[in-house]
Amino acid sequence: MLTKRIIPCLDVKDGRVVKGVNFAGLREVASPVELAEYYSQSGADELVFYDITASAEGRQIFTDILKETASKVFIPMTVGGGINGVMDFERVLSCGADKVSVNSGAIRNPSIIGEAAKLYGDQCVVLSVDAKRVGGKYTVFAKGGRENTGIDAIEWIKRCVSDGAGEVVLNSIDTDGVKNGFDLEMLSAVSDAVNVPIIASGGAGSISDFIELFKALPKVDAGLAASVFHFGEVKISELKDEMIRNGIPARKE
Amino acid sequence: MIAIIDYGVGNLFSLRCSFGAIGAEAEVTADEKVISSADGILLPGVGAFADAAEKLRRSGMDRVIKEQVKRGKPLLGICLGMQLLFDRSYEYGEHEGLGLIKGNIRPLSDVLSAGVKIPQMGWNSLSFVGEKNTLFRYLNEGDHVYFVHSYYAADCDENVTAVTEYYAKVTAAAAKDNIYGCQFHPERSGKTGLNVLRAFCEIAEEKR
Repeated sequence: MLTKRIIPCLDVKDGRVVKGVNFAGLREVASPVELAEYYSQSGADELVFYDITASAEGRQIFTDILKETASKVFIPMTVGGGINGVMDFERVLSCGADKVSVNSGAIRNPSIIGEAAKLYGDQCVVLSVDAKRVGGKYTVFAKGGRENTGIDAIEWIKRCVSDGAGEVVLNSIDTDGVKNGFDLEMLSAVSDAVNVPIIASGGAGSISDFIELFKALPKVDAGLAASVFHFGEVKISELKDEMIRNGIPARKE
Repeated sequence: MIAIIDYGVGNLFSLRCSFGAIGAEAEVTADEKVISSADGILLPGVGAFADAAEKLRRSGMDRVIKEQVKRGKPLLGICLGMQLLFDRSYEYGEHEGLGLIKGNIRPLSDVLSAGVKIPQMGWNSLSFVGEKNTLFRYLNEGDHVYFVHSYYAADCDENVTAVTEYYAKVTAAAAKDNIYGCQFHPERSGKTGLNVLRAFCEIAEEKR
């Protein structure tokens, strides 16, 4: 039986891992390569790297970090941040990424999804969406959650999946950083709308939040979080034990 | 030394790194001399079957692989590289494979009910079929490995060495004499995956 995936997310800026609380107030955690190795050894099923640097030097450091990680960590890696065209796909795939996640780049230029899917396959293209309730509607936000695009999130996700996105990371801005559980309502709406793997993001504060997620929404494939893992509030090995105790399929190495 | 066949399909960076991690020598190559001096051959592959099969033929690698295998050299195909070992694939039409293992590549949608997500993407457990294959000498029944695929090897019962349960029994690995194939990605399956590659390197050295 396919297991539910647990995915730590590493936001990387200038070669260091950071995590924003509600997307603001960045705090430094550790070396990305070290953290990736640590997570891989403690049972993470996959890693997500987000490049949040803006400068060209920062981008070079980031690709060096990817290469070093890929030479030490042998679980799937998804890379996002600054993906604006197929050239960016090529750049990170050649450094060892398995999947590439697009967010603002697809909002600016939606054809990137179809182009990348044709070149690298649907399984390689991950749509990442930051969504928030605005006037009772799930609405897509761009630029790390700072800009309201006015786009309906469900319609956006459906469109991107039909264009070739093979997986969706849904980050609820409403629950992100609050550590009071995933946004089950929003996740449920999205997992009813499309038939590709859904990765839940935003709101994990404890082991029980993950258990609740997988029990309430069997169609959700994975749980993603950053700070609860970085600060040791949730230990992946303990989370996996608890999943197994609750009858949720999980991988133990 | 393991020769990783370079025929313009997919990115081989992580595959090469995974051999480095187990202390094995591996070379990404399309040079017949290098391939014939290698202890074992690794056939990688991602993407579409027809395109990959065409590239194998155009590069002449199909002939080189067949000759080397006939001489007893161990061959490991991974993911699409595994599917290419079989007679043919029904991915968008009908396309001929290397014909090294009897069987056909068919869409998962043939055996899965509507609503099941395709591709199968993620970690699933292995169940060995028959006596445990030597490629799995360091693995235990139920170990998890990483899959990403929409097609699977069918009509090959006698050569299946492991299956995985994805709403149906799906071929996870197959073997025939010195020819091995894994539908999953050993280079992306953590320690378990590295142990598959380690076993393959040992098999290759034993046959030297």
